[in-house]
Amino acid sequence: MQATAVPVLFNAADERLTVLQELRDLVDHRNLLWNLVRRDLTVRYKRSVIGFFWTMLNPLLLMIILTVVFSSLFRFEGIENYPTYFLSTYLVFGFFAQTSNQSMASLAWNGALMKRVRVPKSIFAVSTTLSGLVNLCLAYVPLFVIMLATGAPICLTVLYLPISFLLIAMFTLGVSLLLSALAVYFEDVQHMYQVATFGLMYMTPIIYPITIVPYKWLFVIRANPLTHLVKLARDPVYGCTLPGGHVILASVAAAVIALVLGWVVFHRLARGFYLHV
Amino acid sequence: MVEPSVEFHGVSLRYRILAEQGITSFKEWAIRWLTRRMHYQELVALSEVSFTVDAGHAVGIIGHNGAGKSTLLRVAAGILRPTRGTAIVRGRQAPVIELGLGFEAELSGRENIFFNGALLGRSQAEMEARLDEIVEFADLGEFIDQPIRTYSTGMVARLAFAVAVTVDAQILLLDEVLAVGDASFRIKCQERLQAFRDAGITILLVSHDLDGVVQMCDEVLWLDRGAVRAYGPAAEVVASYRASVAEGPAVGGAIEAAAPPG
Ligand SMILES: Nc1ncnc2c1ncn2[C@@H]1O[C@H](COP(=O)(O)OP(=O)(O)OP(=O)(O)O)[C@@H](O)[C@H]1O
Ligand SMILES: [Mg+2]
Repeated sequence: MQATAVPVLFNAADERLTVLQELRDLVDHRNLLWNLVRRDLTVRYKRSVIGFFWTMLNPLLLMIILTVVFSSLFRFEGIENYPTYFLSTYLVFGFFAQTSNQSMASLAWNGALMKRVRVPKSIFAVSTTLSGLVNLCLAYVPLFVIMLATGAPICLTVLYLPISFLLIAMFTLGVSLLLSALAVYFEDVQHMYQVATFGLMYMTPIIYPITIVPYKWLFVIRANPLTHLVKLARDPVYGCTLPGGHVILASVAAAVIALVLGWVVFHRLARGFYLHV
Repeated sequence: MVEPSVEFHGVSLRYRILAEQGITSFKEWAIRWLTRRMHYQELVALSEVSFTVDAGHAVGIIGHNGAGKSTLLRVAAGILRPTRGTAIVRGRQAPVIELGLGFEAELSGRENIFFNGALLGRSQAEMEARLDEIVEFADLGEFIDQPIRTYSTGMVARLAFAVAVTVDAQILLLDEVLAVGDASFRIKCQERLQAFRDAGITILLVSHDLDGVVQMCDEVLWLDRGAVRAYGPAAEVVASYRASVAEGPAVGGAIEAAAPPG
């Protein structure tokens, strides 16, 4: 083979791990990335028939529960098609929460691997985010079914969703990188974060409209980047409108800041991983 | 003259470990950091290791448990960065091959071949081209399409080895992979390793099977508490290792206290 004729010089002491090199490594390992995503999906769907349907069934069941609770027990004024209202944000929040939680487990789980193979360590968070995205897209199938069934209008604005997904995925990846790196060092981070995501869900207008938030607490909700990111997914589906300029601006800022911060912190902490896994 | 394919110049590697128990919770870490009660110890896993391996040679690495053999292979594979010293490896290395690495219990043997190949940095096309050869070498019969969780230890080892040795690497790093296969598979492995040597591929082989090491390797590196105790012709080094083992056992690296950083 041609490639093997050229000797590769590798000097362990010289090697500077730069942020950019990790990125290049990631591109070099795209086959592994693809295999990791495929593994996530096949392990989830293949061995259990219910696995595949569960992704679809989950929103349906949730819808029934929440429709009963919030359409009959607590009513929010002025929300028609509550199931659509709720699911159009809950699905992306679920993607965020699941992916960031799973990334932590996945990095720790793959610790044994990192000790033996030279892989870009961020590949586990990236692959978890990608397989989460596939699941998210699948979960939109029942959402559209529900919308048809409940007579909610489906507008062309749903074509905006890929952009929403992209920004949410960037934000999710950034948070995943940050947290998974911390979780390698401290095992309680994972437990604390599980509680935190639960709280975060109530700090984000998902089950309630932002209009019911008292004025003095509004700044907290507004400071939560997820408030804007979930609106990015809700507007094109529920409101039949494109998200407003300030929502887009806030989302882009949140996505970029999270990704850069996550990447840099991950990168710094990754040097010491081998001591902890 | 051809340059040696592996060169270690004064390579030292220290693991920093926390005295007392390791801190694994954020709460504890925060408290200690605030009260400045961080005591580190350093464990010298490799100290001033220097050796060179010529292309096409097979080198056995022996030593007691915890001597630093696996650590040395990981440095050669580029996974661990030495604290001091230079490690130069020329040629495309295969990663450290250890048992049960990165196999997914729920996937079939065939699927795992692709997954494992990807982990070792190979492309999908390369794996497809090599698939038949790998399946044939592993020789698992119809188990190849069963999930890995139905395999015995030796069967998993066969699959791992088959993936590992069917590769365009110029340097093979093997960590105790020959120990589990049955007699016929071992012979097959030894033949394969011999074929590699004939083809000019360099092999670093960690093993506790001293007879096998003498048989398969040109030179042997004897590590003792992270330091090179002897490096030379296989039979000689193994003989003096045997003599020393007869005198008394030794386990572990050297732990020494270190000043807290900063
Ligand atoms: N992550 C780690 N943190 C701290 N110390 C470690 C770590 N990994 C290994 N060590 C220490 O480094 C030393 C060398 O370990 P290594 O795994 O290289 O030994 P080995 O020669 O391969 O042993 P064995 O024959 O049992 O496989 C040991 O003393 C071990 O305790
Ligand atoms: Mg070992």
